[in-house]
Amino acid sequence: MEKLIFEKSQPGRKGYQLPALDVPSIDPATVLPKTSLRTRLAELPEMSELDVVRHYTRLSQLNFSIDTNFYPLGSCTMKYNPKVNEQIANFTGFKLLHPLQPTSTVQGFLQVYYELERLLSEMCGMAEFTLQPSAGAHGELTGLLIARAYHKYKGNPRKTVILPDSAHGTNPASAMIAGYNVVTVKSDARGGVDLSALKAALNQDTAVFMLTNPSTLGLFEKHVKEIAKMVRDVGALLYLDGANMNALVGLVRPGDMGFDIMHLNLHKTFSTPHGGGGPAAGPVGVSQALTPFLPVPRVRKTEQGYSLEETSPLSIGKMRAFNGNSLILLRAYTYIRCLGREGVRKNTEIAILNANYLRVKLQDAYQVAIDEPCMHECIFTAAKQKPKGVRTLDIAKRMLDYGYHPPTIYFPLIVEEAMMIEPTETESKQTLDQFIETMHVIAKEAEMDPEKLKHAPYTTPVRRLDEVKAAREPNLRWKPSTTANKPSKAGVS
Amino acid sequence: MLAAIGVADFKELVKDLPLSQKDLNIPSGLSEGEVVRLGLELGSKNQAAPRLLSFLGAGAYDHFSPAAISALMSRGEFLTSYTPYQPEVSQGTLQTLYEFQSMICELMAMDVTNAGMYEGASSLAEAVLLALRETGRKKVLIPQSLHPDYKAVLSTYTLESGTQLIEIPYKNGQLDMAFVAKNLTSEVAAVVVQNPNFFGIVEPTEKIAPLAQAAGSLFIASVNPISLGLLTPPGEYGADIAVAEGQSLGIPPGFGGPFLGLFACKTKWLRKMPGRLVGQTVDVDGKRAFVLTLQAREQHIRREKATSNVCTTTALIGSCATFYRSLIGKQGLRDVSYQNLTKARYAFDQLTQIPGVRAPFNAPIFNEFVLQTKTSPDVLQQNLLKRGIVAGLPIKKWYPELENASLWCVTETKTKADIDLLAKTLKEIL
Repeated sequence: MEKLIFEKSQPGRKGYQLPALDVPSIDPATVLPKTSLRTRLAELPEMSELDVVRHYTRLSQLNFSIDTNFYPLGSCTMKYNPKVNEQIANFTGFKLLHPLQPTSTVQGFLQVYYELERLLSEMCGMAEFTLQPSAGAHGELTGLLIARAYHKYKGNPRKTVILPDSAHGTNPASAMIAGYNVVTVKSDARGGVDLSALKAALNQDTAVFMLTNPSTLGLFEKHVKEIAKMVRDVGALLYLDGANMNALVGLVRPGDMGFDIMHLNLHKTFSTPHGGGGPAAGPVGVSQALTPFLPVPRVRKTEQGYSLEETSPLSIGKMRAFNGNSLILLRAYTYIRCLGREGVRKNTEIAILNANYLRVKLQDAYQVAIDEPCMHECIFTAAKQKPKGVRTLDIAKRMLDYGYHPPTIYFPLIVEEAMMIEPTETESKQTLDQFIETMHVIAKEAEMDPEKLKHAPYTTPVRRLDEVKAAREPNLRWKPSTTANKPSKAGVS
Repeated sequence: MLAAIGVADFKELVKDLPLSQKDLNIPSGLSEGEVVRLGLELGSKNQAAPRLLSFLGAGAYDHFSPAAISALMSRGEFLTSYTPYQPEVSQGTLQTLYEFQSMICELMAMDVTNAGMYEGASSLAEAVLLALRETGRKKVLIPQSLHPDYKAVLSTYTLESGTQLIEIPYKNGQLDMAFVAKNLTSEVAAVVVQNPNFFGIVEPTEKIAPLAQAAGSLFIASVNPISLGLLTPPGEYGADIAVAEGQSLGIPPGFGGPFLGLFACKTKWLRKMPGRLVGQTVDVDGKRAFVLTLQAREQHIRREKATSNVCTTTALIGSCATFYRSLIGKQGLRDVSYQNLTKARYAFDQLTQIPGVRAPFNAPIFNEFVLQTKTSPDVLQQNLLKRGIVAGLPIKKWYPELENASLWCVTETKTKADIDLLAKTLKEIL
């Protein structure tokens, strides 16, 4: 393992040179109150540029990533992130723009906003999109606040949000912040919505039914139009968690299926890089009746060019400062323009094809959770390995030794010992075949030498971690040692 | 592959789907060369430095960003990895975020911090939600001089919980402390202070904690990290929670995002805080290693009982801020902060000498200040723009009582010549 950067620090070393001060220097104590002045410098590292570059380059090499490894992490859509998106997002004409510049000086970026909203609306069959939310969960909260504002406008905000028990954890958490109680309904045998359970739960207090389609089991919800009608009949709204849109783009439009609100995860379906946990973007699309409630500002196209509409009487307001994660939105815009009409559909088809190929090729070695054609991801379990005492976790950890990032494990919660595999469309048949071969080797190891799996991985930079210790004795930061690092008095060099 | 799957054609795999019958009405695909050209064309419809000399701040700042930052962040191993749920193959991200947390704690003098939030305004909203939850109270004191977008976001987040946001008026640009003393009662969940405030003015932060403690309210400070090279960190004046927009730590303004929310607090609130936490532990061989920890607070475990709905946030931007602080270093951060102060003071002194320009407040500033001009700031903005200068932000729509006021920002990126040019041009057109 690499030392901490603080442990490499050398007094007096610098990694960046500021220009010499060219205005008269002043003593801060003459212009700021004494109580406002910092007396001890923060113990930041003291390193040369090379020290810093080498430290973090070496750290980066301890990561698996899409650029280095096959990453079939279900529900996360770890597709390749084309480099041209990065190139364009780094153009100074975008990167250096201040969010409050006069609109006449940012017409190009406003055009990107405007056109991206139109592209997403068309692909999803929604009336309009807001690009403001910073991530998927932020989009969920935005969508639910829009629903609440809509119901309130109609006279009653209503009380509950209904979710299937297979839902992502962010759904109930977002519903609580939006001021709703959460009602969970059981899924049917194939992990779909149990229509009678839903019917029993729906009533005049229901504000929203949130649905992930394809479900978190990777299966298309066949009864979606019936569900939409049931939800509409009690005056509630149907929300699509768009985490799995990579299975639908170009084939089916959520708006056509009866969804009133949806969010997209641009860092999944539209290929913006995940960055080890963000930044992301979670645009929200709505049907016509809900457009007055969208957050502000809205980008408008006028005869004089693009403008920002700052206020709107029924809007829920702002979800964050400024406009949105603009440079992420620009990457997604570039991606969609590259793919175009034919490309988006073709990608979806290959994503579905790849997942089904893995489903068929792996099912002799691993128990498939639901035996029917899947969409963009498929769920296996460790049922066949269980008699040997091998769990999903062990299989996942062994995959690391072979250079594969494991699938999403233990989700959805309704499948015991779940392994959720999503290959995405950007992987070749050769990569999939190698993966299949490895998975068979691991299955054989589980049979012949189960202990080997229980202690895997062996070849990674670190091995299994003591997570209990991490939680029981939280060590969340480095601290300067009192002897080695005497507090430095603040002064100006 | 279709044969291996056992279907005759692709349609069999999607037979349950109500397939769209018509093609999408979106343009055909572009080749890489074509899309680069499109990007260049769109980019050229925008005006950025060096074509424009901008004095805008107001929550998004222009600072030098060492070249090594973008080089490091473009490494595929950082850029294209997922949230580090598999620690054995994510030590790069995890250790970087542990170092991030350490540096934020140092900078803010706070006990603990999470691994980052979306951006500053929603980070503040999460802090207020925590205070509302933990105190069970319904009132929150916020400054009238809080960033208007932050105010708007707070109002969106708290609208449905019956929360009352009470504005603390400003007096000579600073918090009206008499109002705070009178209204910070045992019904108040939290008092929010922005330092420097939206007007760029340094607040008497040391006076807040005793009042908040007496009332049993949480003290939430929203700060500018670059200012902490010079200004007292929130941990030293007793903030329970410190939040910030981390963009000033080497992140490009990027037309508003992606930015970086910072969230730090006293140990007391550790298990109540939103977001991800990276902790140090050991592996089976006893080697030091890092892992996401205390996940029992989070949505994927606690669902509707979670402390927040936050999932993916801004790990990569947090890493950038870590690279920045490593490069700029201990003394360097102090020096950047100092240059901001001196250059803003120089500009303030030059501009307020111009006939037709006055400063409404006589209070300490950091790198921003409010000016009132005899011409409307909107007209001024148009006229300066013709000469390649972006004037300060007109603030009339939020502060109608401050006639013809605008908010100006001067950071270390502005030279004396830039400031003199602004002063000269302003003198000519006023």
